[in-house]
Amino acid sequence: MATYQNLFTQIQVDGELQKGVPVKGIWGSRSGKPFLSYWMGLIGDAQIGPIYLGTLGVASLICGFIAIEIIGLNMWASVGWDPVEFVRQLPWLALEPPSPEYGLSIPPLNEGGWWLMAGFFLTSSILLWWLRMYRRARALGMGTHVAWAFAAAIWLYLVLGFIRPILMGSWGEAVPFGIFPHLDWTAAFSIRYGNLFYNPFHMLSIAFLYGSAVLFAMHGATILASDAYGSHREVEQITDRGTASERSMLFWRWTMGFNATMESIHRWGWWFAVLCPLTGGIGILITGTVVDNWYAWGLDHGLVPPYPDANSVPDPASGGGG
Amino acid sequence: MMYLKRLNKPFFLLLASVTVLASCERPPVETTQGGYRGTGMVDVQNPRLAKTVEVPDAQPPVPAVGPTAGEIYQNVQVLGDLSVAEFTRTMAAVTEWVSPDEGCNYCHNPANLASDDIYTKVVSRRMFQMTRDINSNWTDHVAQTGVTCYTCHGGQPVPENIWFKDHSEAGASRFAGNRNGQNIAAESVGYTSMVGDPLSNTIASTDVSNVRVLGTNYGPSPDDGATIQDTEAVYGLMLHMSGALGVNCTYCHNSRSFGTWTGSTPQRVTAWHGLNMVRDLNESYLIPLGPEYPENRLGPAGDAPKASCATCHGGLAKPLNGAAMAEAYPGLKPR
Repeated sequence: MATYQNLFTQIQVDGELQKGVPVKGIWGSRSGKPFLSYWMGLIGDAQIGPIYLGTLGVASLICGFIAIEIIGLNMWASVGWDPVEFVRQLPWLALEPPSPEYGLSIPPLNEGGWWLMAGFFLTSSILLWWLRMYRRARALGMGTHVAWAFAAAIWLYLVLGFIRPILMGSWGEAVPFGIFPHLDWTAAFSIRYGNLFYNPFHMLSIAFLYGSAVLFAMHGATILASDAYGSHREVEQITDRGTASERSMLFWRWTMGFNATMESIHRWGWWFAVLCPLTGGIGILITGTVVDNWYAWGLDHGLVPPYPDANSVPDPASGGGG
Repeated sequence: MMYLKRLNKPFFLLLASVTVLASCERPPVETTQGGYRGTGMVDVQNPRLAKTVEVPDAQPPVPAVGPTAGEIYQNVQVLGDLSVAEFTRTMAAVTEWVSPDEGCNYCHNPANLASDDIYTKVVSRRMFQMTRDINSNWTDHVAQTGVTCYTCHGGQPVPENIWFKDHSEAGASRFAGNRNGQNIAAESVGYTSMVGDPLSNTIASTDVSNVRVLGTNYGPSPDDGATIQDTEAVYGLMLHMSGALGVNCTYCHNSRSFGTWTGSTPQRVTAWHGLNMVRDLNESYLIPLGPEYPENRLGPAGDAPKASCATCHGGLAKPLNGAAMAEAYPGLKPR
């Protein structure tokens, strides 16, 4: 089988286990005896551990556990504690936000109070995990790019469940916790606000989403394709360009007339990924607060192309059709 | 281990593909373009799923002469001005349409045909009034085709597609697990997690009569703008209509903005009148009949059986594929 098309890692290093680079201070201590796992080695590094959880990690896991418990137990209660129904209906089940009549007040537990509580713990868990990510990067003397990319996703999450509902004056505007219910929320949201496809920030977000996938495919394919010439040593080749880089770059110049470098491709990838939730969050934030009907907005701004309306009908409620 | 691997991989792939494909309709489907090119305004129908409907032949016509039913019979409150022959012909048709197995005695006390002892006679009188109301006052929806008892009943005493209020949350825990009437796999809303009982809020009565959720301007909505919950209820109603008529969204709506009438099809106007009609029928006829029914005819919440789009349409864009049965019966279609 062609080695480079394989999904799984082809080389597993089996030798002395690594303890990791030394990190100063009590915040760097890791615990547990590391071991090798062949199965993990197929998709990543075969070595598991030692692990570091720390205060932030433990606090984050506890908050996350509480949130999942509140959501899961409410879902289970909604089918009368029937375990079979719980499994069968799981994709449909949800913990709903408060009804609109509660506005931003704190409703009774079963009227959305559980949702607020689950949201609080889930948000705490996510923010604590963000802090942990930031501090782990700093402890290793790394840049904080991963933390800021994660922050972009948190921005979209907070807009959907916290910032926009507050601006709209109702928790009922927020997203339910549930598999199909949050998708149905998305569909209803687009319908309510006149088709989100006419929202320019939605367009940008989609462009960056698909763009991220394209860039990732191009980059992954390029590196795997020139692996025989040493392209997996990407970082070294940023400054000391080898034949792998030369060949890859020439390939892209030939096929699309322009090429990234071993450094710039990673900047492209990072920005595309970060801009997807960043622009998406802006698009959600201004929906309902600034623009109520994106189709009407599009008509007014020359975005909606005029079509001959062969079968146009008058609105019967306006007296046009009786 | 290797043996299992070799055996299981194709087996699971096969199982997975069968599972996925089992929920699909076999292609090809027929698409009919109904709007400007490139706008996705197409009607999609699968010819293998097309339903054929057989309707009973009209009873042989009778001359409209002689004394009227009101003059000859007692307690004829609705069809009194028909001739006796036409009246008897209409009764024969109704028996064929509603109670072919049970016969006249499903409604009539055989000892005294004029008596209102049996509840079905009281209900069917109201149904005659309803049918005449539909055929004379709701032509914006039923056009000249009109409806007969058979449109909904289809040869059964209780029409197949009636509905009751969702009662599944009664007795649910008051501490946790509030579903808000949604988030359960419900056929009524196409197995989405939308409000599983979309009809109670939107077409049972006029209390939440406005199914319009979109703002007409693009500026921020006023305080009374529709909420996401309202929108999901309307979405659920639209899924019901789609299933009840066997059509996709663009049968009525333009593909770019569901709320905009510009670019919508004429069917949307017909459907708009239909929504008003079914609301009015539920409120004026079906819900007030509640006290007449015995308990076994009521829903789990004790409510009267009600009509939805599916009650007449039964999965067809035109009920009974457009068969104009009412034409032959002056008692159902007063001029």
